[in-house]
Amino acid sequence: MLGPVVGVLALQGDVIEHVRMLSAAGARAVAVRHAEQLDDLDGVLLPGGESTTIGKLLERFGLLDPLRVRLSSGLPAMGTCAGAILMGSHALLADGTPSEQPLLGVMDTVVRRNAFGRQVASFEGLLDIVGIPAPPLRAAFIRAPWFERIGDGVQVLATVDTPAGAKVVVARQGGLLAAAFHPELTGDPRLHALFVEIIRARQT
Amino acid sequence: MSDASELSGTRRPSEGDTHGAIGTARVKRGLADMLKGGVIMDVVTAEQARLAEQAGAVAVMALERVPADIRADGGVARMSDPAVVEAIMQAVSIPVMAKARIGHFVEAQVLESLGVDYVDESEVLTPADETHHIDKHAFTVPFVCGATNLGEALRRLAEGAAMIRSKGEAGTGDVKEAVRHMRAITTGIRRLAAMSHDERYRAAKDLQASYELVDEVARAGRLPVVLFTAGGIATPADAALMMQLGADGVFVGSGIFKSGDPVKRARAIVEATTYAGDPEIVAKVSRDLGEPMVGIANDSLAAEQRLAGRGW
Repeated sequence: MLGPVVGVLALQGDVIEHVRMLSAAGARAVAVRHAEQLDDLDGVLLPGGESTTIGKLLERFGLLDPLRVRLSSGLPAMGTCAGAILMGSHALLADGTPSEQPLLGVMDTVVRRNAFGRQVASFEGLLDIVGIPAPPLRAAFIRAPWFERIGDGVQVLATVDTPAGAKVVVARQGGLLAAAFHPELTGDPRLHALFVEIIRARQT
Repeated sequence: MSDASELSGTRRPSEGDTHGAIGTARVKRGLADMLKGGVIMDVVTAEQARLAEQAGAVAVMALERVPADIRADGGVARMSDPAVVEAIMQAVSIPVMAKARIGHFVEAQVLESLGVDYVDESEVLTPADETHHIDKHAFTVPFVCGATNLGEALRRLAEGAAMIRSKGEAGTGDVKEAVRHMRAITTGIRRLAAMSHDERYRAAKDLQASYELVDEVARAGRLPVVLFTAGGIATPADAALMMQLGADGVFVGSGIFKSGDPVKRARAIVEATTYAGDPEIVAKVSRDLGEPMVGIANDSLAAEQRLAGRGW
């Protein structure tokens, strides 16, 4: 059986790492830079990068609205770090004030950017994720956000303990999967495999 | 909406031996991965930093004078005033980089204490040590370093650099040296990849780099870190040229804020970097950009005016 076709948004960020992980997880990954490419996809992956840069490019090259429409009408999507920010309905700056930036707004989440701090606070560790059996996944958090608030229809898949309490770092809303960290950097394709499973379940 | 911090019953991260490890090679190199396909812009004020962010820069490089002015003014070029760096950090939400002099590890310590996201150990500033570069393993903040060829890139990696950029010839608006350096690095990698094992020992000697690093690059067919380009990029077509030559992203120094219409040009260079392989888009964004920076042809520079020769 041929794997589902997943478009990796390739405007900016760590695209090739996601292409490799999706392939390892049994999907056929293609780089997407044009709106007309959205028609033939079974799923979309929004990579890590700079959310402000990717959002502006989505807007300038006419991808923001078509992508929003596709995701709103049920196309599964996975977002990591910047991708998770773009999927949310609101973004906050690190200090908690609103961030004015283009967003897809398809997930009922408020995402706080750089919530763990600047680069010197970036870290990696082991993370238990609901739906991924042991051992825990190695996760790299790079200037990472967290989910400040989530809607009632959003499921929490993983949290990280911080001095400010447990913070949500992986969330799911139907076919939308968002992670604050970078599963594409640690060589373990299990979160990508979970996404491919979500796509397959919605195809049948 | 429920407040996420009040959630109970969710699973906690396990206490692995390296849980919460900061400053690892992975998180240092990882930030550079997130900048790929993007443009990093030199800025000297908070206002310029905001314009760069609005134009779509993935990061800004905070400095006191752009390379074209360092060239014009002469004298010793040093790390920026911490007040300037902090003002820029407060003005934007994208990563902020700052330059330290080659070998000046205290400037790097100061920049790390300010919380900058990347330190550029840069030949654009006046070198502080004519023999040694900074031991970059000793820092939590990651470093980017310039290189003119593969051997230089590998020596910087051995010292702990987490990102490499071509040096080019900063402050000239002449892309020729960036092309030369990018080609030297990528050709060097292809040559290594074609070598047999015994030939790689000899190559390590010629490159003045460790065999282990040479072997790693030969096997992977690429550097183990992100490779950006810098030094003389002034137009959208320059940026697209460097991307097609194998750069993962672009630094633009004097090319933006020394041009006639910085906002428009910054935006156009961002767009040409994303769509580097699409000449119709590069053509479209190159229209009506106003005056580019007044260039200095590299060939007209005396040897002592060239910055790329700094670093060892």
